[in-house]
Amino acid sequence: MRFGVVIFPGTWSDCDFHYVIGEVLRQPVKYVWHRDTDLSELDCVILPGGFSYGDYLRAGAIAGRSPVVEALPEFVARGGFVLGSCNGFQILCEAKLLPGALLRNECLQYRCQSTFLLVENAETPFTRGLRPGQVLKMPISHGEGKYYADPESLRALTARNQIVFRYCTEAGEVTKAANPNGSLENVAGIVNEGGTVLGLMPHPERAAEAALGSTDGLLLLHSLIGVLVEDGSFLKR
Amino acid sequence: MTEAEPKVTLDLARAHGLTAEEYDRIIRILGREPTFTELGLFSALWSEHCAYKHSKVFLRRLPTRAPHVLQGPGENAGIVDLGGGLALVLKMESHNHPSFIEPFQGAATGVGGILRDIFTMGARPIATLDSLRFGDPADPKTRYLIGGVVSGISWYNNCFGVPNVGGEVVFAPEYQGNPLVNVMCVGLVRQDRIFRARAEGVGNPVFYVGAKTGRDGIHGATMASAVFEEGAEERRPTVQVGDPFTEKLLLEACLEAMATGGVVGIQDMGAAGLACCSAEMPARAGTGMEVDLTRVPRRETGMTPYEIMLSESQERMLLVVARGREEEVRKIFAKWELEAVEIGRVTDDGALRVTMEGRLVAEVPVRALTEDAPVYDKPTARPGWLDALEAFDPLCLPEPSDYERSLLEILAAPSVASKQWVYRQYDHQVGINTLVLPGSDAAVLRIKGTAKAIALTTDGNGRYVFLDPYQGGALAVAEAARNLACSGARPLAVTDCLNFGSPERPEILWQFAEAIRGIADACRLLEIPVVSGNVSFYNETQGQAILPTPVIGMAGLLEDAGWRTTQWFKNEGDRIALIGPEAVSLGGSEYLGVIHGRLAGRLATLDLRLERDVQSACRGAIEAGLVSSAHDVAEGGVAVALAEACVSGPGEIGAEVALPSAGRADLTLFGEGASRIVVSIPAKAQRHFEGLMQEWGAPWRFIGTVGGDRFTLKVGGSVVVSLSLDQIAHAWRTGFERYVS
Repeated sequence: MRFGVVIFPGTWSDCDFHYVIGEVLRQPVKYVWHRDTDLSELDCVILPGGFSYGDYLRAGAIAGRSPVVEALPEFVARGGFVLGSCNGFQILCEAKLLPGALLRNECLQYRCQSTFLLVENAETPFTRGLRPGQVLKMPISHGEGKYYADPESLRALTARNQIVFRYCTEAGEVTKAANPNGSLENVAGIVNEGGTVLGLMPHPERAAEAALGSTDGLLLLHSLIGVLVEDGSFLKR
Repeated sequence: MTEAEPKVTLDLARAHGLTAEEYDRIIRILGREPTFTELGLFSALWSEHCAYKHSKVFLRRLPTRAPHVLQGPGENAGIVDLGGGLALVLKMESHNHPSFIEPFQGAATGVGGILRDIFTMGARPIATLDSLRFGDPADPKTRYLIGGVVSGISWYNNCFGVPNVGGEVVFAPEYQGNPLVNVMCVGLVRQDRIFRARAEGVGNPVFYVGAKTGRDGIHGATMASAVFEEGAEERRPTVQVGDPFTEKLLLEACLEAMATGGVVGIQDMGAAGLACCSAEMPARAGTGMEVDLTRVPRRETGMTPYEIMLSESQERMLLVVARGREEEVRKIFAKWELEAVEIGRVTDDGALRVTMEGRLVAEVPVRALTEDAPVYDKPTARPGWLDALEAFDPLCLPEPSDYERSLLEILAAPSVASKQWVYRQYDHQVGINTLVLPGSDAAVLRIKGTAKAIALTTDGNGRYVFLDPYQGGALAVAEAARNLACSGARPLAVTDCLNFGSPERPEILWQFAEAIRGIADACRLLEIPVVSGNVSFYNETQGQAILPTPVIGMAGLLEDAGWRTTQWFKNEGDRIALIGPEAVSLGGSEYLGVIHGRLAGRLATLDLRLERDVQSACRGAIEAGLVSSAHDVAEGGVAVALAEACVSGPGEIGAEVALPSAGRADLTLFGEGASRIVVSIPAKAQRHFEGLMQEWGAPWRFIGTVGGDRFTLKVGGSVVVSLSLDQIAHAWRTGFERYVS
């Protein structure tokens, strides 16, 4: 249950994830510098939010080709988990670890607000403590969070149940009004085919304490820790 | 000294904003004519922006000391003790002129500058707030300015990664040619890690760190010290260009370097850039400095010494490093991929000596540029126009025939209506400390690892200050403190941003002097020290000055974060009480402006002792756990405060209120006066509450009950307003947005 939180130049949710994992969940956690490629001591790598490299080219474009991200496929192949939130999701798409892309918000403005997420797939390691149809409350904070995938990829995603979260109303209806950024079919988060790489635009680390308005973000990490606890170490060390 | 440089004459000095007397003074100090580079140094450091030459005599009247003040005015930011070895760093600054010329970059670099002021003290910025003023909301130019300013702030804040947690957006025609962009920042620092902008230690190396120097922003400080004439947009090249990504790297690298103990002193290259740093840092320490411009990293070729010294390129710092620790510091900046170049050293002779390619281009005593800058005590005069304004009686105007319509109009006035359109573009949660998000009287942030929280607000009312600068100044302080009291906090300190017209006009300087007197008296009585601030004069375009607008930024402390209280009603059946005096006035009110299109009349009298007692009573009730909601009664009077309490929260809830008649119903509903707070309390806490109010000696009365899906107001027994929550919410939610989207 060893977490590593990656710091790229320009990352800013690193401290928040570190605090939630270390202080709220009391799990071992350390920072990983973007030039590090040795991930052998970790069970889960977190790619946090921020503006890696200023996002001056395309959100996540440069970080998607950084040494630490280039080490991820091997880490995933060995059974490691990856959670990318916000900029982390953008980076995972840029690195082709997840399909699709994140475009400029349809309103053409940055959006920081609370959103509701409908759980579509409760069988991933990140969501197995949830039930399908459950509604989570989690904030977003991004300018480029409009998910897009070509029709073929979208069909494949849907067929393999890789769409994990969709933006919805408090009552769980997937509507246009509940979609804060114009995402295709309200997609808020997806997993890879193996279910071990999760990318989502909302910030689970900002929904981890009641004083801050929601603890639903913890459910994702609890699910994951549950998986790790049962397996001892899934990396079979 | 340099052949290529123009010959310095009195005319050239004048073109640099210096007077004939000031030019003579320079010649006397140097014992010769200045070089072109030296003229640039004097012009920048003796500008109003850097030297405070017209304001200094007045600023001395502000109370700046208290046992908990660790750093008062004179540094990059003020610092107060939070207990437990922690301290809060705070500062507010204006970026008015650049934001008018180029709203996006002007506002963005305003954020950048204030962030550096905070982390140069060793603190990590934990929140920003922005106080904005614009002209006619219906004018397309205003829409362009708001769009640019808000997206500039949003871009810089969000990319850097600091939450923007509050502020104001206010409209008045007087800001049409001169909008105001004031940004406040607070940071958190361990008391043993505080850094100051001092060049201590003769022989210590001086390091240039951060972005490269270009030709942008040359003479920004001088521009901020002159009025606008037509064609101000042509000054666009004097506006700097921001790079929040580099700023974020600079933050991390500076804090990491500071933690090694190898950094002796540090200052942000803000206004007047390297010129300002290389003069102020040794001046504060009683040392001198040698600087070799040949080594300054540049991104343009052919830059002259004058340009390098005066460039206001962003995201740069000047560091004094302990001798022998150079390599350590260099390595940290290399890790963050930033320039860190040794460009000079600290000397013992009190001079700033600047060389380039082996030639001496400037040699000036640092004191001459700083402490010995001219200070003026210019004449002030009460403006003649005030008599007629004071004589105006708002009650001579016809009473509205439909109070429901009037209330909806005021709620939909862009200065009053919800600012969600603005703050949803700002990340207000990064750092996971924000307990009370934007949209309540004050933002509240927890201090991790403690039970404590801080509350933050900005406040200012140009209409009040215009009609009565003394009371207006005091009211700004009182209202900021009241906002904090409503959120459960005890005020700790003020940082101010004083926006006025040209101080060379006696009536403007009178407004300034009177406003300072008001701020000083209120701060003294409420026991809140002023620890930092900024003066922005020359906010005029073609002879039209802005409304005099001192903005008060205030930070407060909650010993228990659990005390935090928000402004909206929460529970069916809660009793509503109005704490504070009955006396109100329509003079200078939002009602008078929105419904009658006037700015005139007298303000209700502010009694500072009563203000203090009302705030103590409110805080006392909050700390006793009796209060469900507390909301300051401000612009729009009690009717607007109550309506906001119904619809500004996450869930809407109605209220039924009966007010005693204060004469005409418009005066009762929309009259504005200080020291008034609307609270709601559970019915079972009523007894306890009554007892507490008696103890504090604050006037108060129960005025109604929370509940239902309507908002009903009775005055003197008859219903004057009965509106559905939908009607109220619609007016309040769309009032601002209809102008900007």
